[in-house]
Amino acid sequence: MDFLNTLAGWIATDLRLATPLLLAGLGLVIMNRAGILNIGAEGTMLIATLMAVVGSYYSGSVWIGMLFAMVSGALVGFLFSLLTVTLRANQVVVGAAINILGSGLSATLFRILFGVSSNVPLIDVFQPLNIPILGDIPFFGTAFFQQMPVVYIAFLMVPMVSYYLFRTQSGLNLRAVGENPKAADTLGISVYRTQYAAIVIGSMIIAMGGAFMSTGLTKFFSEEMVSGRGFIALAAVIFGRYKPRGVMFAAIVFMAGTVTANTLLASSSQIPYQFLTMLPYILTVIVLATFARSAIAPASLGKPYKRG
Amino acid sequence: MKRQIPSQARRALSPAPNSKGADILRQMLVSVSAIVIALLLGMGLISLMKISPVKAFSALIEGAFSSKNALSETLVKLTPLLFTGISYALASRCGLTNLGMEGQMYIGALFSSYVGINVSGLPPILHVLLCIAAGFVGGGLWCLIAGALKVWFGASEIIVTVMLNTVAIYLIEFMVTSGPMLEPPGTVTGQSSPILDSARLATLIPGTRSHWGFILGLICIFLFWLFLWKSKKGYEVRVSGYNLQAAAYSGIDTKKNILLVTFLAGGVAGLAGVSEVLGVQGRLYALFSPGYGFDGIAVALIGMNSPIGIIVGALLFGAFRAGGNRMQMRAQVPDAIVSVIQAFVIIAVVASQMLLEIWNEHRLKKQQESKEA
Repeated sequence: MDFLNTLAGWIATDLRLATPLLLAGLGLVIMNRAGILNIGAEGTMLIATLMAVVGSYYSGSVWIGMLFAMVSGALVGFLFSLLTVTLRANQVVVGAAINILGSGLSATLFRILFGVSSNVPLIDVFQPLNIPILGDIPFFGTAFFQQMPVVYIAFLMVPMVSYYLFRTQSGLNLRAVGENPKAADTLGISVYRTQYAAIVIGSMIIAMGGAFMSTGLTKFFSEEMVSGRGFIALAAVIFGRYKPRGVMFAAIVFMAGTVTANTLLASSSQIPYQFLTMLPYILTVIVLATFARSAIAPASLGKPYKRG
Repeated sequence: MKRQIPSQARRALSPAPNSKGADILRQMLVSVSAIVIALLLGMGLISLMKISPVKAFSALIEGAFSSKNALSETLVKLTPLLFTGISYALASRCGLTNLGMEGQMYIGALFSSYVGINVSGLPPILHVLLCIAAGFVGGGLWCLIAGALKVWFGASEIIVTVMLNTVAIYLIEFMVTSGPMLEPPGTVTGQSSPILDSARLATLIPGTRSHWGFILGLICIFLFWLFLWKSKKGYEVRVSGYNLQAAAYSGIDTKKNILLVTFLAGGVAGLAGVSEVLGVQGRLYALFSPGYGFDGIAVALIGMNSPIGIIVGALLFGAFRAGGNRMQMRAQVPDAIVSVIQAFVIIAVVASQMLLEIWNEHRLKKQQESKEA
């Protein structure tokens, strides 16, 4: 029984930690399917972590914080689209710039708004939501149904995004743009508009992941708190073969490494903590190397489209 | 589509110091105006914080150029940026994206400080050269991991290099807190023993912190130019960077070139760590870099991956780093704003370049139409 309790707690932690990665991955899948390679997820998330805290701090509601974060994501996405779709700039370069912008802007605004004092202001954050009846089931309740609202939303979005991409006309159009924009254009699909929409909506979902980090996983903002998750999400998308369900699986697997490391760390093992902290990053590299060949990217991923 | 290729090909394959004066002039004009726009945007952001941008920028310029010490501080800060800028540019010329300069720099610092501490009895010049070689190999091997995983397993070098940054930073932290590089007990944790005097880089301007790492950086700039534009291998690399498939089709061993370039790019980034350890710190510290590796991206991008451009970019951002402290103290502008301005500069350069290209296409189209008419 004791073991089952521990396992349930372990699963619950894994799902919670996987949520930002899952959201970022879902946002990236939508963009990638439209032929857009965005390595700026890290920066998008960083700005969102701060905006969520700012929104929650000034309004007193964490949901307003989430809204703030999503608006910031939309703005970053719009900037990205303007540069990569309209001006056809190199997507990797613009993504790198977004990352630098995110790291600088979040730190600058944070220091201006909150100063450098060490007192952490109390803000409204997400609280676990116990689902009636389901949450009371032993083991399963603890593992799956006593999570924060954003966790449920993120996992519910998996079938939704999947349905949209593979079962609707609009999703088919989006994938056509990612595979063969010229053909899509000939069929009357507006390539630019599709890519703009994919980037802006995708960035908003990525921003949700960032927001959850500062108002769900932790209770406040700290500089560079995304610590590479935007890039791990890129790897999760490849590992998940550009499919929402695959991304979900990948996020759970990647974070299992972190949860295990944390458990080992808590039990004060002999391994220096630096090696345990490295673990998720090394795991990402290994998984990426193992599965990179079997994932087939959308054919025109990362290539700017030019009409005529 | 056909019209687009020649201009791109010319940009990829022609020597960076372009033979056409007008082209250089136009590129420079684009870069300079982009920097000016970015600085104005940065000033706008500062005034949004209700701080006088003039006060902030005058503090910045004072901190970077106003005295012999300020100037040498700029020199100190721009030196690592030369190496990391070259590293990004070299990979970029081969069509690769190296975002791992930070980690490669840390591994370079580890290797060179190991040699600097433990190899004794060598004449100074030889010891320094040995440290440089060790740092180069260290950084090179670290980046080669990404190259090898790309060639053999198809893993994206972008993700791998970023992941390896974190791994390297924690590895160095371990080395100097509880690992084999920790200074013998009784002293501060978080640092190694000092390197031997024979491994220290000499001071460049007497009485300041500037050191010979700067000269090493300039030598690397020269070698970078020599390799890419004066050697057969360099030509192959640039062809692969322009079109990988075409390069492979014409008989270039692109896989071998990727391995070579990742090793060299990592090695140069490793030299940034070498010059910090041998020239500035004198020992290995955890977290010694304020982000010189990441700055390399902006340096190379505003320098359009060209030798002279990298020097200009390094000077700009080196001055920002040197003056940033004073700006923070004098005008209460957080020095993180330097990163924001960096991003603005990249975006402005990229945007103006693309606008120029679109405008050129437009003009060509019009000319053709008027010919047909």
